[in-house]
Amino acid sequence: MVANPKRRIVEVAVLYLLLGAGAVATALPLLYMLSTALKGSVYVLEIPPRFIPERPTLANFIEAWNSNNFSLYFRNSAVVALSTTVISVLCSAMLAYAFARFAFPGKDLAFYALLFTLMIPSLTLIIPQFMLARALGLRNSLAGLVFVYVAMTIPLNTFLLRGFFEQLPRELEEAVWIDGGGYGTIFLRITLPLSAPALATAAIFTFLFAWEEFTWALTAIDVEAMRTLPVAIATFHGAHLTQWGLVFAASLIAIAPVIFLYVMLQRYFIVGLSAGALKG
Amino acid sequence: MRNRGSLHAQRLRAAYLFMLPGMAFFLIFYLYPLIQALRISLYEWSIMPGQGSRFVGATNYLRALRDPIFWISMRNTVLYTTVTVPGQMILAMLVALALHAIPRGRVIFRTLYYLPVITSWVVAALLFKFLFHSQGGLINYLLVDILHLADRYIPWLQNPETALVAIMTLGIWKGIGWSMVIFLAALQDIPLELYEAAALDGAGRWGRFRYVTLPMMRPTAIFVLVMLVIGGFNVFLPVYLMTGGAPMHRTETLLTYMYNEAFNFLDFGYGAALSYMLAALIFLLSFLQIKLLRRPMEL
Repeated sequence: MVANPKRRIVEVAVLYLLLGAGAVATALPLLYMLSTALKGSVYVLEIPPRFIPERPTLANFIEAWNSNNFSLYFRNSAVVALSTTVISVLCSAMLAYAFARFAFPGKDLAFYALLFTLMIPSLTLIIPQFMLARALGLRNSLAGLVFVYVAMTIPLNTFLLRGFFEQLPRELEEAVWIDGGGYGTIFLRITLPLSAPALATAAIFTFLFAWEEFTWALTAIDVEAMRTLPVAIATFHGAHLTQWGLVFAASLIAIAPVIFLYVMLQRYFIVGLSAGALKG
Repeated sequence: MRNRGSLHAQRLRAAYLFMLPGMAFFLIFYLYPLIQALRISLYEWSIMPGQGSRFVGATNYLRALRDPIFWISMRNTVLYTTVTVPGQMILAMLVALALHAIPRGRVIFRTLYYLPVITSWVVAALLFKFLFHSQGGLINYLLVDILHLADRYIPWLQNPETALVAIMTLGIWKGIGWSMVIFLAALQDIPLELYEAAALDGAGRWGRFRYVTLPMMRPTAIFVLVMLVIGGFNVFLPVYLMTGGAPMHRTETLLTYMYNEAFNFLDFGYGAALSYMLAALIFLLSFLQIKLLRRPMEL
């Protein structure tokens, strides 16, 4: 069991070297994107490529933000992602509570219907969803995006939260019940506050999904003023094929909140992924 | 004072009230479209309201089987999955094992390897389009000017085979971090006593890896495999944004072909049939993987 300490040091050094090389290869494309965005448009496709711009400038960021409605798209995305998160997490928590604490006819059927849909490619639904949105007057509206995103995130959130609720001790709930509190009081005063970590995880993944979703937004929205960031970036790329610096400045504006969220709330990301692994 | 006699009814009412908002969204915007898609796939669907759609039975499905572009999309989808799934899993496992073995710096490495996962698909696809640019792209520069592996710049995205290579490289780059984080969490959950017991039994390092680590990782690896295969068959955005299926549909995958048929040619019936075939295929594959790979005691 006791390894030669010298050999151990060499091994660890090799591991660090390999991990470092892998990390560089992983991060390099993103760094190149950043450096391209910081260059003036003239220098973009230069050979040999330069990772550190000679004269770094924020001109691309300022132009993307000001002259191309990006502040509007940013706001649309924020409204859609935040509304989706609040509605989906609340609805999922209520559903999960019903699954975790009540017995009622149809419970198994409803649960398996939710579970089953986790395997369905979301694009299978896009044609009927498009027709439905048209019939309900939800095309070209942010509400149309939110409703579909809520429906698409409910199954996974419910699954995650149900597992968490089932592990909560029942004693506190029973105490509230004996004091005359109803189920609503129990849910709001006991279940939700005790589940803050699980709710945070569900909220983060829902927010990311809605913030990044492209295909439904592309399909449901024709009007420029209602666009969200992912669609705006792709359209923007189509219109400014050679202005990579501008496209990447816009892209970085779009992923900045996500990276911020990740760095701040990293442990919830990990919890969520591990919880997903456990259900397997 | 509560009426104890109606306790049961009261509980039932509460349960349904809790279910109501979530189920309403789910039924209207998920389950109904799912069933509606099956119905549309059996029709020659007319997109104009008022005009009748014609019931054609399995015609849309049979059409797919005779459609050469369907088979190209199928081949590309299968190829993407068979290359990117093992690629992601093996690299992710190696990184996770290395991270598990180092004494410090795990969090910073994990963060770096996870960055591609949190980069949105749209941004990642545009970024790789740029990296694989036929003229000044970074990949061509590395291959030709630095490594001298090729003598002239490769038009990566103009040529179907090389375009698929670029798309699959993106798929692997973007996915390693996700599997790695799950593998690392599972590695950290293996009880140390198991390694100690194996060492007492005379197991060397390889023996401990072979008889402790691998079996303990098996359920996690199966979960990751099933999820990645589902993800692989769902490949859409990188293809849609990097090549759009061009040239001549040669880089089309099932979902890009479906989307084009539905929203560019407005053939909703055929598009719905294509998407249902994919859903059935994914369902079948997931079922088979779980059935074949799971040991009875894990079920």
